[in-house]
Amino acid sequence: MTAPGDRSAAPARKDDSQLRQKRMMAEHYGRLARSPRTGEKNVYTFVPGNLTELVRSFDLLPVLPEINALQSAMRGKSREYISTAEKLGHSEDVCTYVKCDVGMLKSGNVGPTGEPLPNPDLLLLSYTGCFTFMKWFEILRQEYDCPVVMLHVPYQGDGEITDAMRRYVVGQLRDVVIPALEKLSGKRYDEDRLRGMLALSAQAEDDLVWVLKSAAHRPSPIDAYFGGVYYIGPMFTAFRGTPEAADYYRALRREVQERIDQGRGPVTPDGEMSAERFRVVVEGPPNWTHFREFWKMFADEGAVVVASTYTKVGGVFDFGFRHDPSRPLETLAEYCMGCYTNLHLPGRVEMLCRYLEDYSADGLLVNSIKSCNSFSAGQLRILREVERRTGRPAGFIESDLVDPRYFSAANIKNRLESYFQMLAHRRGAA
Amino acid sequence: MSAERLRGVLEQAERLARDTSLQAVRSWKERTAGLAVGFMPIYVPRELLHSQGVLPVGVIGGGDEIEIIRGDAYYQSYICHIPRSTIELGLDGSLDCLDGMIFPAICDVIRNLSGVWKLEFPDKLSRYLDVPQNFDPAIGGRFYRDELESLSRDLTARGAGPYDPRALRSSIEIYNAQRRLVEDLYALRRDEPWKVPTTELYTLLRAGLVVPPEELSEMLRDYLSAVHEDAARKPMDQARVVLIGSFCEQPPLGLIKTLERSGCYIVDDDLVQVHRFVRGDVALEGDPLDNLVGAFLAQAVDSPTRYAAAGDNGRATVERVRRSGAEGVLFCAPSFCDPALLDQPMAVRAMERAGIPWTAFKYSENGGQFQVIREQAGTFADSIKLWSEASP
Repeated sequence: MTAPGDRSAAPARKDDSQLRQKRMMAEHYGRLARSPRTGEKNVYTFVPGNLTELVRSFDLLPVLPEINALQSAMRGKSREYISTAEKLGHSEDVCTYVKCDVGMLKSGNVGPTGEPLPNPDLLLLSYTGCFTFMKWFEILRQEYDCPVVMLHVPYQGDGEITDAMRRYVVGQLRDVVIPALEKLSGKRYDEDRLRGMLALSAQAEDDLVWVLKSAAHRPSPIDAYFGGVYYIGPMFTAFRGTPEAADYYRALRREVQERIDQGRGPVTPDGEMSAERFRVVVEGPPNWTHFREFWKMFADEGAVVVASTYTKVGGVFDFGFRHDPSRPLETLAEYCMGCYTNLHLPGRVEMLCRYLEDYSADGLLVNSIKSCNSFSAGQLRILREVERRTGRPAGFIESDLVDPRYFSAANIKNRLESYFQMLAHRRGAA
Repeated sequence: MSAERLRGVLEQAERLARDTSLQAVRSWKERTAGLAVGFMPIYVPRELLHSQGVLPVGVIGGGDEIEIIRGDAYYQSYICHIPRSTIELGLDGSLDCLDGMIFPAICDVIRNLSGVWKLEFPDKLSRYLDVPQNFDPAIGGRFYRDELESLSRDLTARGAGPYDPRALRSSIEIYNAQRRLVEDLYALRRDEPWKVPTTELYTLLRAGLVVPPEELSEMLRDYLSAVHEDAARKPMDQARVVLIGSFCEQPPLGLIKTLERSGCYIVDDDLVQVHRFVRGDVALEGDPLDNLVGAFLAQAVDSPTRYAAAGDNGRATVERVRRSGAEGVLFCAPSFCDPALLDQPMAVRAMERAGIPWTAFKYSENGGQFQVIREQAGTFADSIKLWSEASP
């Protein structure tokens, strides 16, 4: 189903932003590796509902176990780590991020740069949009014997944030989380400093949203899924609220503007996409063990992902939310409650329908993840509802986050090719 | 006379427990013209619904009673069974007598089922009930009270009576009485397990999900009195075990029978947990809604669905083993159950530290092949009995 002319012809070349983010991430991991010597303290927490500005306002370093797990998968380590955890009694049925993390811990806790990660000084259990998070940090607490602080973020069961929900989260931030961070860091909560960081976040958010929305152009200058998780999104979580993040997104915006001006498509594993044949929206996380191969299955078909939901687990900003420095704790609460996996299913359906419309997409693709019930439970109903409302076809593939045993390349490629073939036929028939 | 009464109670319980199309609820609605609202495992404050004239109806999937035709098109193979059988019941009309459904916050699957329900049944009340994981009365308690007030308003908007503190106090009293009877049942099984086979206890508790609390209390009184008098029930040489992990998707009755036949006396469990989620009486003095909130915060059982703030996962199971005089633990969780299976390694660690023998297996609510489990549980029971004999 691949037409030769559709293949990317240009040699693979990384954009400045990709190189820059790699440098920044390496520096961050290096700093973490040095922290036992430098005395810098760290806080392990999760991507959805992360309180990066608050954590950094105490000069504490965030560590994100999900990111460590996916990095382990990309380095080909996750199979061994998962196996280690399963031998220790962790069920084959549960989240592979958890098992990968436990296996990594049991194997020396070596991070993506090859250096050991420090043990957590505090586990900040931001319980947002995923039940597994709670059990994950209960497990880690037993492994590391370190303090844990819980921030329970209520779910948007009715698709709204009520005053009661906001009050509940703010109450926990004020009376539970901040005192724990003060105790760990030995510093007093400095609201003015936090406000300054939130202002920087809002600035970066403006540029991030601009970059995400650039995908509405034809051809799209970005891939909002593979590129989204590779160099557009990750910076956001670990560095939000810092001048480096604001600078990064300003530079990324300029770079994307340049692509638009020159009519260039997005970067792919084989270089720049020369001809955009299909525009799709993707729901669900990617597979990390075969990330490049998975991306190539799209790129080889000339398929660009113009919007994705997975890139919104760290926050939904493209419908107007910005961190508001004038209401620091309230805005953090609203940020947490607004993360994608904290939205109810009708809200997820509405978002997908809007993406299909706003980005002139040909259809929806769902990558259903075996070990992520937060995303996967209900996805088949979402798929049918989006098809019904938009009339655009949806496809369904299955894989896993970091367990290579659940990535069947031939099967997925076959399904993708059939899906793209169907899109082409529909277009021809129209 | 008592044998006849016992047979009558058990036949009634079995009929109700197998009543997936909710005939008892339909009859109740015809009689009372009240609202009936379903709830998923594991806990909702039934007292509040009851006080507003609503019949709380426990919906725990279709078990092995129904064939899944459409439900499998809603859920991937790697998701537990209860949502697919529940949606099957919704789609085939079995639940059409319910005016709404409440989905308590216990895991992502039940949480997302609340959204599926909203999409599928837009005219019905579909209520996600968030429960706090912060147990400070001023923070989590305040939030939970807000949730309950909001739930109460939702019920009223659907035609239930308005919130009435006096009515709530009276409902709490009724459920307190029921909780005491359930505890009596568990105490009798613990002390004389041959008198209360778990198959019967389980059937009674499941039956109690679809009838008003007063009716379950009556059945429990009748049952307790009948088995006390039943001299034909004699002790057997069985291993005493605690069954853990079956708090949401319920095991098929055949599995419980298999465990008992394999040589196990189940002397404590977390089956149909709504009946025992709150330990002891809910207070009657003071503001009744605050009392419900306080009971959730301070009197709830330790559950894998609740944050273990003290970091002592498994401690409660060890205590249950000690209290019930059990000799081992059966970890018996549904396949793909995140709360049970993520918690299990920590609970296992607690068992090993305490020197308590354990074994683990999984089930699905519609499973029908128990030979492997029978062999596993039988071997486990035998090994316990052998160790017991060897010890002084």
